Amino acid sequence: MSQAKLKVGVYWGASCGGCDVAFLDIHEKILDVIQVAEVKFWPCAMDFKYKDVEGYPDGYLDITLFNGAIRNSENEHVARLLRKKSKLMVAFGACAHMGGIPGLANFWSKKDIFASAYLESPSTENLQKIVPQVETKVPEGTLKIPELYENVRTLAQTIDVDYTVPGCPPNPEQIAIVLGAVASGKLPAKGAVVGASDKAMCEDCPRKKKELKFKKFQRRHLTHPDPEICFMEQGIVCLGAATRAGCGWRCIGSNMPCRGCYGPLPNVTDQGAKILAAIASHIDSEDPEEVERILDGIPDPAGYFYRFGLPLSLLHRRHLGDR
Amino acid sequence: MSFEPKIVGFLCNWCTYTGADLAGTSRMKYAPNVRVVRVMCSGRVDPTFVLKAFREGADGVLLGGCHPGDCHYQSGNMKTLRRIPLLKRLLKDMGIEEGRLRLEWISASEGERYQRVINEFVEQVRALGPLNLEVRKALPKKSQATA
Repeated sequence: MSQAKLKVGVYWGASCGGCDVAFLDIHEKILDVIQVAEVKFWPCAMDFKYKDVEGYPDGYLDITLFNGAIRNSENEHVARLLRKKSKLMVAFGACAHMGGIPGLANFWSKKDIFASAYLESPSTENLQKIVPQVETKVPEGTLKIPELYENVRTLAQTIDVDYTVPGCPPNPEQIAIVLGAVASGKLPAKGAVVGASDKAMCEDCPRKKKELKFKKFQRRHLTHPDPEICFMEQGIVCLGAATRAGCGWRCIGSNMPCRGCYGPLPNVTDQGAKILAAIASHIDSEDPEEVERILDGIPDPAGYFYRFGLPLSLLHRRHLGDR
Repeated sequence: MSFEPKIVGFLCNWCTYTGADLAGTSRMKYAPNVRVVRVMCSGRVDPTFVLKAFREGADGVLLGGCHPGDCHYQSGNMKTLRRIPLLKRLLKDMGIEEGRLRLEWISASEGERYQRVINEFVEQVRALGPLNLEVRKALPKKSQATA
């Protein structure tokens, strides 16, 4: 008798779908995966309904790979449902891990976002000023849509998570490794970050490094960086010093600085604070006014340092005060 | 009840902390709002500490170090001098007023200056009012993931 296949669920919360595509980026290895795994839920790619999942007994799925942040009531409802139905819950990709790009919404309030999306954007013509409502009464009855939350949260800030696979998207090779580990029963300790290194990107970065001193910061899109030399030494802010390795140098190799999608290193709570310290400490000046002038070269420090990690960061969101 | 600001002070062992000691042994009176954390050097204060202090409910954070050129470790305070301006910019982007973070150079012999800085800073933060970070409501401590 052949061994029972792993029952796998895949779901997307607030995400772009790139993580779902990453599964297909393992190319023909997907044939190996379907030898050991059977998809029981994957709304992006296959026809399953929520009620199918509701019908599964508790703990029926061996593993759920959840990508996307928690941004509305539907994301949260399905996350809780899948937690109940899954033996293992994996936060898959930067959004589930840290909030990701959707997490940048935490720089704004829900009101700001609605105003921008439905009222103020130049391409919008909304004379009746209609904004989505959770409930709408129509002659046939009441229509309901999920409620957008004030804050974007990570998966682990919402439900109990067993493992985290970082990346935007995770390196496809890591997916096979994760499923392989589950199939073989060789599981790491709960809470582990799987499919990434415990070292910083800089540690094995192939670029040449000499001495780091900032006299001036440059923005990537306004320069032609030397592909052989450390970005930081060329004055371009790179998050490699505060980011886990394991991505396969996708950005660095394309002559783009690290954006930090693999998240903070082990035992680090706040990735942004770490890169801030690393960068500022190497400014080549002891004169406060000159330091300020040099810092003008980083126009949006919070957005840059928390590009993927705002909801996971210590402050979680921009403080709006009484606004 | 009137608002009493909660302030966390990270003071370097060699200068500002000793300056605070001098203020104390000289029986100078100053506002009791600062909770002091002694660190070996202002350069030891990772920006994480400052963010954590705000996250845990501080209304203001004070950093005290040796005057530039006087660092016990030669250049630790110069690192602080460079980091704090960037940290202030980050805090501003995060909706926290720059005035809630203050860096001061106070030497071991400047008890009076310590007294003055504390009193000034407490009034400065009092004027800004309570911080009440929204995250403290949105994410009670238990649910904050540390991974």
